[in-house]
Order: sequence, then structure tokens, then C-alpha cells
Amino acid sequence: MHSIETRLKELMLASLAGDARSYGVLLSDVAKHLRFYFLRRLADAHKGDADDLVQETLMALHTRRATYEVDRPFTAWLHAIARYKLIDHFRRNRIRATVPLDDVEDLFAPDQSDAAADRMDVQRLLQSAPEKTRDLIYRTRIEGQSIAEVAQSTGLSETSVKVSIHRGIRAITARLKGHAANDDK
Amino acid sequence: MQPMMTNDLITRLTGELKPVPRTAVIMRVATGLGISLAASAILMLLWLGMRPDLAEASTTMMFWTKFSYTLILAVAGAWAVKRIAHPLGSIRVNLGLMAGAIVVMIILAFAQLAMTPPDEYMAMLKGRTIAVCTFNIVILSLPLLIGAFWVLRGLAPTRLTVAGAAAGLAAGAIAALVYSFHCFESAMPFIAVWYTLGVLVAGLIGAITGRFILRW
Repeated sequence: MHSIETRLKELMLASLAGDARSYGVLLSDVAKHLRFYFLRRLADAHKGDADDLVQETLMALHTRRATYEVDRPFTAWLHAIARYKLIDHFRRNRIRATVPLDDVEDLFAPDQSDAAADRMDVQRLLQSAPEKTRDLIYRTRIEGQSIAEVAQSTGLSETSVKVSIHRGIRAITARLKGHAANDDK
Repeated sequence: MQPMMTNDLITRLTGELKPVPRTAVIMRVATGLGISLAASAILMLLWLGMRPDLAEASTTMMFWTKFSYTLILAVAGAWAVKRIAHPLGSIRVNLGLMAGAIVVMIILAFAQLAMTPPDEYMAMLKGRTIAVCTFNIVILSLPLLIGAFWVLRGLAPTRLTVAGAAAGLAAGAIAALVYSFHCFESAMPFIAVWYTLGVLVAGLIGAITGRFILRW
């Protein structure tokens, strides 16, 4: 959070001084943050408006950049504009906000939702591997330890670690294929 | 407008970039309010005219009390327009300053009443122009309200009703200052009631219309 503020603020100050290169970087960066921000706040039926909102907000940032006060946080300023654009969008389309319109940290929080979902998927899939091999797979494929390290700490030979992992992965693959087959039905 | 990819937009905006001086917002406020102040003053001169006894009046305490009162409100109002032009801008300080000035004016009014025989109270309050004073101030505030709205529409107020109120109060207060060069009333209670009412009505007009006119 803090480093994002520092970075974007530096870019903004350079942009206000007329540095086009910094400005290009700033706008691309901001566009990414804005896209997540709007996507998370629009209902499924309106997700398609996210890009319009991003562009509108970038335009507003551009035409109203003089209103940024250099002794204030840039992220707070940008968030206020993005929030205004979102509320204006709701108002224009007579949509009632069902998602809470929260504060500035939110615009710049790293998006964790995908990572969390992935982690849960991994845990569930690992359940389909034999119990002894779960740990081996986790340590080599997720944590990134080497076969040698794992062999040493478990007391198994490197070959049997490799074989166990191989079998475990095959079990997981079979489970995934089974899922796909079920989905087809 | 044609749908445009975000990247194209970024390229276009980057190409349009010009340096922004730090005083850009203040300059816009000064330009907008300055021009509309001139318009309001010209309107006053053509429509109402300067009070004929201005030279004489400018040696009296009452003229300067009226002048100072409206000037303080005008400065607080113009400063409020500047502050609310920023996203996250707040005008609490400015409203506090205006409220303080109004309270002081009311105290002065009561002080003057206390030194006056009770049967003159109504005369002091009504003056000779009670029917038109508030109305004239509101009319003179209209060019200023347009100017203040122009200022804000190019900037980034995010709370439009508050921004409209700031624009209206500034317009009303500057209009009262302009009007004080026409008005020959000289009783504190008159100023405290009818001038203040004119400023507040202009503020109300700004607050009501601002949320529609100021959208960006």
C-alpha cells in the first residue's frame, strides 16, 4: 500500500511537471487498478461497463489533474474520483449500490480472491492423492523444495520420492478427468 | 463517441499532456469569480446605481461595518469554492468562519437595539428598503452563481450539493458586498437580518441546483 502510494505519487508529480513518459506509466498503472476496482463493484449484469468507467475516470484524471494537491496522498485523490464516477454511474443507470462503497485502501489492495480460490482448489485436489504422497507433492510442487531436500528430511530415497510423487500426480489427474467427464454429462 | 480501447485513450492523453502550474485551481477561481464580480457590479450600476452620498457615507462607521461584514463573508465563500473544488474537499472551516461573522453581526445588532428606544425597533429592522434588499442581493448573485458554477465544472467537486451551497454562499456574499455600494440603510439590525438572508437564499439556490448543474 505504502509503496504504491509513493510510486504513483512520484509519477503524478512528474506528470504535473509535464513528463509524458511518467504520465504514460501512471495512466497504465492506474487503469489496471481501476479495472479491478470497478469489476468488483459492478453486478454481473453490468461488468461490461467496467471499461467505460475506467476510461471515464482516466479522462477525469486528465482534465482535472490540477485539483490534485501535492501535499496530499495521490491514492486518496484518485479513489475519490473513481468513487464519484462509480456513484454517478449508478445514479445514471438507476442502479442501487448493493456492494458497500468502501474506502481508499480498497482501490489499491492486491486482489486476493483468485489466489485464495486457487489455494482451496489445490487443497481439495491433494485430498485425492494417497495420504503419504500428499505431503511430498505439497513440498516439491507447491513449496518448491528439491527432491533431494525432501528425500533427506523424510529419510526416503530420492527414487521412491519421485515414484510417490508421480503416482500421486496420476491420481490427481485421474480425479480431474473424472470431474471433466461428470461435467459433460 | 466511438468506443475506444483504453490503451488508445492513454496514448492520446499522454500526447496531450502539458505542465500544470500549482496555482491552476486558484487562478481558475480568481478568473471565474473576478469576471462575474465585474458583471454583477455593472448590473448594479446600470440597474440600481451607486448611492449618491457615497463620499459622505464612506466616512461613517456604519458603511465600513457593512463593508467588512460582507467582505468577510465574500472571502470565506470564495475560499470555500476553492476548497470544495478538490475531491475530498471540505468547507467546514469556511462555514464556521461565516457563522462566526453572522453571530458577531447579530451581537452588534442587539447592541445597537439596546441603545435605542423600543418604539424605534421596527423602524431599524425594516429600514426603508425591506421589501427589496434581500431580493436585490439574490438577483445580483445570479451572475456570480453562474461564474462559480463555471469554476467548479472545470474542477473536481465530489459532493455536489455541498459544492453548490459553497458556490451559492460565495455568490450571495459577493453580491451583498456589491449591493452595499448602492444600499443606504445604516441600521445594524437591518444588515444582520436582510443582508444575511440574501446570502443564505443564494446559498440555498446553489445547493438545490448544484447537484444537477455541477455533474461531471
